[in-house]
Amino acid sequence: MPDFNPLQEQESIVSVTDRVVPVAIGAGVTAVHFLGDKAAFVGVEEKVTLVDPAGATSPVEVAFGGILCSTSDGKRIVMGCDDGKVVVLDREGAVSTFATDAKRRWIDSVALHPDGAVAWSAGKTAFVQAPKGEVKSFEVPSTVGGLAFAPKGLRLAIAHYNGVTLWFPNMAGNAEVLEWAGSHLGVTFSPDNKFLVTAMHEPALHGWRLVDGKHMRMTGYPARVRSISWSAGGKGLATSGADTVIIWPFASKDGPMGKEPAMLAPLKAKVTMVACHPKQDILAAGYSDGTILMVRITDGAEILIRANKGQPVSALAWNAKGTLLAFADQDGDAGLLEL
Amino acid sequence: MSEATANKIPVTVLTGYLGAGKTTLLNRILSENHGKKYAVIVNEFGEIGIDNDLIIGADEEVFEMNNGCVCCTVRGDLVRILDGLMKRKGKFDAIIVETTGLADPAPVAQTFFVDEDVQAHARLDAVVTVADAKWLSDRLKDAPEAKNQIAFADVIVLNKVDLVSKPELAEVEARIRAINPYAKLHKTERAQVKLSDVLERGAFDLDRILEIEPEFLSADDGHEHHHDHDHGQHHHDHDHGHGHGLKHYHDEDMQSLSLRTDKALDASSFMPWLQDLMAKEGGKILRSKGILSFSGDDDRYVFQGVHMMLEGDHQRPWKDGEKRESRLVFIGRDLPEQLIRDGFEKVIPS
Repeated sequence: MPDFNPLQEQESIVSVTDRVVPVAIGAGVTAVHFLGDKAAFVGVEEKVTLVDPAGATSPVEVAFGGILCSTSDGKRIVMGCDDGKVVVLDREGAVSTFATDAKRRWIDSVALHPDGAVAWSAGKTAFVQAPKGEVKSFEVPSTVGGLAFAPKGLRLAIAHYNGVTLWFPNMAGNAEVLEWAGSHLGVTFSPDNKFLVTAMHEPALHGWRLVDGKHMRMTGYPARVRSISWSAGGKGLATSGADTVIIWPFASKDGPMGKEPAMLAPLKAKVTMVACHPKQDILAAGYSDGTILMVRITDGAEILIRANKGQPVSALAWNAKGTLLAFADQDGDAGLLEL
Repeated sequence: MSEATANKIPVTVLTGYLGAGKTTLLNRILSENHGKKYAVIVNEFGEIGIDNDLIIGADEEVFEMNNGCVCCTVRGDLVRILDGLMKRKGKFDAIIVETTGLADPAPVAQTFFVDEDVQAHARLDAVVTVADAKWLSDRLKDAPEAKNQIAFADVIVLNKVDLVSKPELAEVEARIRAINPYAKLHKTERAQVKLSDVLERGAFDLDRILEIEPEFLSADDGHEHHHDHDHGQHHHDHDHGHGHGLKHYHDEDMQSLSLRTDKALDASSFMPWLQDLMAKEGGKILRSKGILSFSGDDDRYVFQGVHMMLEGDHQRPWKDGEKRESRLVFIGRDLPEQLIRDGFEKVIPS
């Protein structure tokens, strides 16, 4: 007879942990992207590991040293490396060097435009190269903290100390500067192009309504926000940085101004990664204790994907159709879930 | 050292005025056969010959924190670089941050206290200042940065002593001591110092704040400083300490101050005083340290601070026979000495 234990907490939550295909990457993972139906786990250095839905792995050498940042549009992955190279990995697994910094500085951030333009930064300089275009550069007053392309037109947001510079690489004249004191380390446009949001060095987000530059302060986090993800249709911005998933409402024309965020999926651990489902009001959240939950945004219902074991979750992504979820932790303990 | 501390990557900050011999010392550290791998963060990237696999160029960007405290500055570039480095754990054993000759060490040190992610993975080991025996006296007169670097140091490598006469050396040493009587001082030629004297110092480790005594004897004199705290008659006030053949200088800008009492302090009145002092005068106080004996507490309480940033903890139980006394030291610019002394007097229970 097993012991009678009516208080076993694990049983109160629906679990799909047994449906996860485990994957061992064997080294730290900083991000995961989907190239078609293959998950591409970006290692801390040297390798990207491609994994098919059945869990078969094929590592690809992409760099000699550290891979500092990466982004993807589903067709290719662009990576910034610590030897000054911007490297591209395509769907066929082919690796090419897109650009090399003349001084071999760290490539701190990268961004991809839907039309194929690539942006990267080294030190205080942001670079853009459109397909068939030449490399253009723009220097901001301090080191670039993050880059993001606007959803429409060739416009690049460059986050830095004390604000964000909005640069039209194809237009002469001065760039627009959105000022806010402090160090801005990440930046994102809302999918409807109405808002710009930065993740700051202090535990806070800052936002601007682009039409009039109106400020939005999103504060109250216990830790720095390192992962942000727009929910389907851009209705909300889900973020890490607290012991619940924080979702700021962006559906109205005022964005989150004067509104409270939704707080979902509280645990006794910090949220380290968030990834919203591309089509439905669902998100995946990874925690510092290794837990991964799938959360319905409308009512907060939770499904357990990975139990609280292992290292903090460091990578989380859905494929474009929303049928596959890939995750990994800091030690490279990874998995795939087909829905 | 606690286990949590031991697992963190030690970071040595290497500072010093231009031409003092920082690069010489750095290359010595890197070339010595110690079996350790270092990540080196430098400023003049690619312009000086440093032979190491992992060299990162920094920009010395000093950022103010948005917390209403003007002296609370951090090195923004360092936050970013450490972030990138920390993901590659296992690839190196320690980090050395070399600053330019004009840099203020405070933002570098404060980066390790303010930034939670940096704090989770790295620990500041010590600020090592390389000084030029021939030119330091002049620099202390005309370069405030040089003075800052001496005041801030845990370890001072007084280099190029072969280029000065004995009286000149005594003079420069006395000038250093007028600013910072607490740092370990090593006199060297061509930066020939034992690596154990500059690395793994644990100068910011609360567990290693064992004693707070002026360091008038430099370590290369051969006789180590053995303080036996087990006997109760240890009177070594720094005011009396210049009996080792050093002239006493008074520096116009930088001062140090030590306080002591053998009366057990009341934590409920002492701590608010200390916090208030740091909040109001922290801009002037570069470094502070203390070992405290609180009434009703059998543990030694230790604290240390950089400007307004204070951290403190219970260290260990007082040993049998160990003299229970409280000692505090402050090093600062235009230190409000009387204000600190008066404030301290008021919180000593009568």
